[in-house]
Amino acid sequence: MGEMEELRKEADNLKDQITEARKVVQDTTLQEAVAGTTLVGRVQLKTRKTLRGHLAKIYAMHWGTDTNCSKLCVSASQDGKLIVWDTLTTNKVSAIPLKSSWVMTCAYAPSGNMVACGGLDNMCSIYNLKGKDGNVKVMRELAAHTGYLSCCRFLSDSEIITSSGDCTCVLWDIETGTEKTIFAGHLGDCMSLAVSPDFKMFISGACDFTAKLWDIREASCRQTFSGHESDINAIGFFPNGNAVITGSDDATCKLYDLRADQELITYQDSGIMCGVTSLAPSLSGRLLLAGYDDFNVNIWDMLKAERVGVLAGHDNRVSCIGVSSDGMACCTGSWDSFLKIWN
Amino acid sequence: MTSNSNVANMRRLVEQLKLEASLERIKVSQAAAELQQYCHQNAAKDALLVGVPAGSNPFREPRSCNLF
Repeated sequence: MGEMEELRKEADNLKDQITEARKVVQDTTLQEAVAGTTLVGRVQLKTRKTLRGHLAKIYAMHWGTDTNCSKLCVSASQDGKLIVWDTLTTNKVSAIPLKSSWVMTCAYAPSGNMVACGGLDNMCSIYNLKGKDGNVKVMRELAAHTGYLSCCRFLSDSEIITSSGDCTCVLWDIETGTEKTIFAGHLGDCMSLAVSPDFKMFISGACDFTAKLWDIREASCRQTFSGHESDINAIGFFPNGNAVITGSDDATCKLYDLRADQELITYQDSGIMCGVTSLAPSLSGRLLLAGYDDFNVNIWDMLKAERVGVLAGHDNRVSCIGVSSDGMACCTGSWDSFLKIWN
Repeated sequence: MTSNSNVANMRRLVEQLKLEASLERIKVSQAAAELQQYCHQNAAKDALLVGVPAGSNPFREPRSCNLF
């Protein structure tokens, strides 16, 4: 009994210490620091392509990164299919039937050789796109999570990180199909993850309203960011890897700086009252594109925290968004079963 | 026993908080300046920010068919 009380006191003291340490370095606010910067002019993007083919809600999409496939992307729908698209021609490069149609996430390997997906089956299935005879087959089924797979991201052709409704994230060895590292600490379902540009860290957003920064090789949680008042559904790195952007059911997005270890600004508007489902920064980081439950994507000036544009074009919730690796275009996926390419 | 696992969890939480408390932090002014600098340095290449001339937009249908 005594030990529990002491530990509780110690925990509270440490939390106060962290709050104090963050205040000590708060010599200004982002708002003040960018007071002299002009707001970005109105951003008007047009739909350049509409990718038609899915027969049900689209839950996730991810752009390819390799120079060979920087215009390819993969999408996952609860029609039970993963489709790899050539966004320039709108042709379907591959249409992969899934064992489980309850898919919630998909990912494209940086090499372009594989895609992965998972969902209510609690597994992450890896597909080899470059198999012999051109057939796309399941390569591995990574099973160990005791909750749904909410997100997955490849580190390479041999490693992938997953986040789950079981409150953990896992680093897998694809070759052997085994868990290399379990990242535990969140107190609620992990909803989203993003890997740092240097592949050394990853961040996770969860239903405990916090975002955590993890060191992949040290297998430890380095930092925890609070402030949101509801589930964090979407998370991403600022392009230089020094800051993290989160999107939440509390209708706001937040920017947290990793080295100052604190929130720099909140992207909110009294007119926005619905949850953020997805987000992606533009190439320079100046624009933040965020998808919301009200079927729109709002474009924010990330430094000035003001809305500078809207992408209206879907007839249902925007569930996923991504900016291509060369920054040329943004792709939105929706419950209306379509993906749209904008620039 | 539940009480033992509660204590174990609490111990883990305290260790994690010690780790997070020991972080070396930079000033917000420096963090903000560097974010701003990154944005400015890369603005010109950011197609969604500065736009893409119609002729060089790979996603736009070509306006005319040149035979030369």
